[in-house]
Amino acid sequence: MNAIQARFKLDYAGFSLDVDLQLPGRGVTALFGHSGSGKTTLLRAIAGLEKVPGGFLEVNGTVWQDATTFLPVHKRPLGYVFQEASLFPHLSIRRNLEYGMRRVSAGSRQVSLDQAVALLGIDPLLDRMPDKLSGGEKQRVAIARALATSPRILLMDEPLAALDLKRKNEILPFLERLHDELDIPVLYVSHAPDEVARLADHLVVMEQGRALASGPLGETLARLDLPIRLGEDAGVVLEGTIAELDAEWHLARVDFAGGSLWVRDSGVPLGQHVRVRILARDISIARVAQSDSSILNVLPTTIEQLTDDTHPALALVRLNAGGVPLVARITRRSAARLALCPGLNVWAQIKAVALVG
Amino acid sequence: MSKRFLSLFASLLVLGFATPLRAAEVQVAVAANFTAPMQKIAADFEKATGHQAKLAFGATGKFYAQIKNGAPFEMLLAADDETPAKLENEGLAVSGSRFTYSIGQLALWSAKPGYVDARGEVLKQGAFDHLAIANPKLAPYGAAAVESLTRLGLLGSVEGKFVQGENIAQTYQFVSTGNAELGFVALSQIVENGKIKSGSAWIVPPGLHSPIRQDAVVLTRGKDNPAAAALVKFLKSDAARTVIKSYGYAL
Amino acid sequence: MLSDTDWSAIRLTFELASITTLLLLVIGTPIAWWLARTRSAWKGAIGAVVALPIVLPPTVIGFYLLVAMGPNGPVGQLTQSLGLGVLPFTFAGLVVASVFYSLPFVVQPIQNAFEAIGERPLEVAATLRASPFDTFYSVVLPLARPGYLTATVLGFAHTVGEFGVVLMIGGNIPDKTRVVSVQIYDHVEAMEYAQAHWLAAGMVAFSFLILLALYTLNPTGRRT
Repeated sequence: MNAIQARFKLDYAGFSLDVDLQLPGRGVTALFGHSGSGKTTLLRAIAGLEKVPGGFLEVNGTVWQDATTFLPVHKRPLGYVFQEASLFPHLSIRRNLEYGMRRVSAGSRQVSLDQAVALLGIDPLLDRMPDKLSGGEKQRVAIARALATSPRILLMDEPLAALDLKRKNEILPFLERLHDELDIPVLYVSHAPDEVARLADHLVVMEQGRALASGPLGETLARLDLPIRLGEDAGVVLEGTIAELDAEWHLARVDFAGGSLWVRDSGVPLGQHVRVRILARDISIARVAQSDSSILNVLPTTIEQLTDDTHPALALVRLNAGGVPLVARITRRSAARLALCPGLNVWAQIKAVALVG
Repeated sequence: MSKRFLSLFASLLVLGFATPLRAAEVQVAVAANFTAPMQKIAADFEKATGHQAKLAFGATGKFYAQIKNGAPFEMLLAADDETPAKLENEGLAVSGSRFTYSIGQLALWSAKPGYVDARGEVLKQGAFDHLAIANPKLAPYGAAAVESLTRLGLLGSVEGKFVQGENIAQTYQFVSTGNAELGFVALSQIVENGKIKSGSAWIVPPGLHSPIRQDAVVLTRGKDNPAAAALVKFLKSDAARTVIKSYGYAL
Repeated sequence: MLSDTDWSAIRLTFELASITTLLLLVIGTPIAWWLARTRSAWKGAIGAVVALPIVLPPTVIGFYLLVAMGPNGPVGQLTQSLGLGVLPFTFAGLVVASVFYSLPFVVQPIQNAFEAIGERPLEVAATLRASPFDTFYSVVLPLARPGYLTATVLGFAHTVGEFGVVLMIGGNIPDKTRVVSVQIYDHVEAMEYAQAHWLAAGMVAFSFLILLALYTLNPTGRRT
């Protein structure tokens, strides 16, 4: 279900944008890339903040831009969250929140002010002025303000990039709630792999103004042509549920489609839906099961594909664990010594698993 | 250093010192309305005597304030006769050096040809919106204009149409730009070689107002300057008087 | 102390300054907006024209206005063809001249305020469904308030203090064009120092109070 179709081509000196994307009409789509990759420009083009002549944009069946149409920004039913909260300094928090909501006809209001306030937990802030708020609080207000316009799509431009780790962790749970409780598609620009791993359902990898890949998160992360570009952050994200808690060793078992993994028990209740992230550098490969190793998580897998990594010493191996893709980064020497080749059944030894949400 | 350069240097030195030995300089403050004739007179003066007159032009009232506060002028050619008298009374001028170097003539002038008739009847008809005059409180020509209108019995009927320039130069601008149809200006502003330059004018008969005397005086600083004495003498000469008259002043 | 003509000059001065300031805020806003936002090559040229009155001697401005608004000048031809007559020696003429003369003192603080706001709040407002006009009233004007306060005070004070231009095109007509600054000049030139002092001291006090108010109420709006 591709609710968003976007075609944009821009050519500036030293920067170009050339994308033709079909994006899902639900869930969070991450536009991921390094700075200068064109992800923010793409987001601004979708919002209409950047005029890209000759572009085409359709959202949920409505043409926002084509050869003859250019819907001005204020007529597009979207919410936009900038990197800096950009609250109106002359208005109280309540007036900031009402600013957009009042400009939406009563009939098309689907998110109430109370709902937005509750979702972002900003009730105690309502009567303050923006300059009395912390960076994290401001950004939560900015998100609520965008939501209060009942947008048909929410565009977020690195909303956490200007915040320190503490503030970031303060907001991430709210973003996850957003994801779980509201049925509004989100385009989320980020250069932080951990945010993407935590929030995204769909991933678009941008580089030099082009979309290198676009697809469901798990699949896209396991593509071997992308890890090369992701470098140290190469890895996959698995979805699972907490199936068992081991009180003695303070561990929790996460069951996913291709097996189960033990992670540190961080207090997540039984039955909770979670995501775990496994980096390629944290997986090693063994031809035979090792019983005398300290490694807790060992999964039976089949090798699907082998490629060279950027460094001549390294190789990337795509593994299939019961239908779920994993990616391992090992040395080429080991690959040769173990005579690894597609179709071979091997054991994936997983050194570290991070619960990301 | 080459011989040629040395001899050039020497001759420059000789030239530089030779002039002051024979001739002197005099610093003169000159009323702005007398600018053009004075430039001509100063040139003639230098040719005839070798002395140099350094001229500064401006408003007489400002010169008065500057002289009182120590300005280095040696002579004043004023736009009136009161200021030189006052300076003499206050001991800032050489007593007995005062003399009238010119008498201003008042003219009713319009930038439009044929607008002002040869007898000034246009004033009686009153078919104009603005009559420009110099501020009578401040400028002798303005006072003379009001005096003349009073004598003609027209003051009451035209007073409401006055637009005032702060000085005679600004009054001239009002008329020359056509913003005022006509105005009382100094004849010296509108004549060249004894003829009206442009537009139309009526020279107000001198009998209608007290004479607009412009007096000159030697200031205390110029007391012993031979160039000052020479300039006084030159201003009274026939040559200078001819120049002065050609610029629209009476004597 | 103060004569009837002095009071008449004071009243006239305040009328002139009030009307001029009001007009300047109306005219200055779109000019300031354009100067603050445009990327046009004309920005420099237009900005320079607006700033000219700051550097030109008032008598030069006054002289050119006198010529331009006179019966043979381009402005004069226009006003005549519109049936308005010519502007010099009229109150309306003083207003027009003052508007031109005080323009930079109103445009520049507003322009600075607009520039300080930047693009972002305008973009935010647009994503919150505000049309450009709506944005201007609900975001730009409130945020530019310090600039407007500075502009109002400077425009008013500068018009009160202007002299050379009024002298050149006013004609010193009682109740019509004789404003306080000209009246003071006349008193001084006529050596009526006592009356000049009263008026001048009043003007100094007024200017001081108005600037004091500006700097206390609006500590950030000091840049012009």
